[in-house]
Amino acid sequence: MADLTHLPVLAQIGDDFFGNREGAAERCPGNNGLCPGWIADNFDQYLSPLWEHVLLSLVPLVIGFVLATTLALLAHRYRFLGPLFLAFVSALFTIPSIAFYLILLNVTGRGFTTAVIVLTAYTQVLIYRNVTTGLQEVPSEMVDVAQGMGLSRRQILFGVELPMALPTIFAGLRIAASSTVGIAGFAFFAGAGGLGAEIFADPTFRGNVVAASVLMIVLAAILELVVLAVQRAFTPWERAVSS
Amino acid sequence: MTFAVLGPFGDAIDFIFERRVSQAGTVEVGGLQEMGELTLTHLELSLAATLIATLIAMPLGAWLGHIGRYQFLAISTSNIGRAVPALGLVVFFIAFLGVGFLNVCVALVLLAIPPIITNTYVGMRGVDPETVDAAKGNGLTGFQVVRQVELPLALPTIMGGIRISLVSVIATATIAPLADVDTLGRPIISPNVYGTAGQLAASIVVAIVTFAADGLFAALQRAVTPSGIKINAGGRPRGRLSFLSTKRSMPST
Repeated sequence: MADLTHLPVLAQIGDDFFGNREGAAERCPGNNGLCPGWIADNFDQYLSPLWEHVLLSLVPLVIGFVLATTLALLAHRYRFLGPLFLAFVSALFTIPSIAFYLILLNVTGRGFTTAVIVLTAYTQVLIYRNVTTGLQEVPSEMVDVAQGMGLSRRQILFGVELPMALPTIFAGLRIAASSTVGIAGFAFFAGAGGLGAEIFADPTFRGNVVAASVLMIVLAAILELVVLAVQRAFTPWERAVSS
Repeated sequence: MTFAVLGPFGDAIDFIFERRVSQAGTVEVGGLQEMGELTLTHLELSLAATLIATLIAMPLGAWLGHIGRYQFLAISTSNIGRAVPALGLVVFFIAFLGVGFLNVCVALVLLAIPPIITNTYVGMRGVDPETVDAAKGNGLTGFQVVRQVELPLALPTIMGGIRISLVSVIATATIAPLADVDTLGRPIISPNVYGTAGQLAASIVVAIVTFAADGLFAALQRAVTPSGIKINAGGRPRGRLSFLSTKRSMPST
């Protein structure tokens, strides 16, 4: 095993961090440091990082959804903006996350805000592209019919185009949800905690790595299910068709 | 050389070009040579992982796409891949298999496989069925159809998948120092030696390397696009899976 006691990122995370895990790996004799008993006994120490992680995922998703949808609607109305926005959000997405956290840290300071800015930036391309694709895939005949019925531009957008695009939009939101949970795993580089901090605090102790990773996977799955539930609530007609 | 006006960023740029005494005052760190070596290891690791992943995932995705079955499997691999946190995956491998270049490489290969499988599958299914029929009508065997018709037409989409993987692997290779592999992540993981300037400097270099690799791949993607597809690019895609336009749907880490 690598000697990881020198890891200074830990010092940045906070002193209380190591306190309750000192020698934990030695206290857990089963399976080379992977014992369900230890995880069960110490589960409560993962609860507050889990809650941080929930916030780190939900807040960027909500802000990112509003922002990306606004951009997509602008691009829908003013076509020439489309390629510009797409290039911009794609470039944001290409920035490596750890580097993004550390660079922004020097501009906006340590903490939750910096992490939220980074995570929001990553949701943009996923949501933006699906909103624009969804709007483009509305059959032009339907828009023609709506125009023929005398609907205004705004009525067509909110009454015809957006409802038709909802399944595609929600698909993008689902992708954004699980990827945000994953990228939030590195948010501790911005000093924002989360489950990634737990993994990093003791990366050679298997019980710890498994417990924190599984919690992240479960959180990603639950968030996807939540988005799916919201989608069903907002598109009752889809259910009527499928049943 | 000083860039003092730029604050922490100036200090970081300084760090890239000139060696300095470490935080503890015991060794010299930074400078073009060390940053170059770290970058080289970083690229070596990332390219090896992406190459191995391509060799595994492309034939698999091409086969699934050719027979047109197991769509659920081909598409959901990337969904599952996305849900598995990169940090957890790499640390998991280190905790269970131990440290070293090979172990961290295996973890990165696993990370890189899903987008390539999905994109290869989608690319193959995106080939116009009439084109495939015409090829069959001309007496091409199944293997010839794959090699001479489907793969060339799917190549831009496949390259898109490899590009997504490469970008996310370069981003994730930053935590390879946890496995004692000295990539550009070293100054990031050990700021008590390299200082915050080194941490920021490495972040900047990682970002530059990523954008360079991404740009190079974008150019490559354009170069391998058959001219017939380029002409059609304005129209609607005519393939069987046009709704799954996953040119770039995977997150970096």
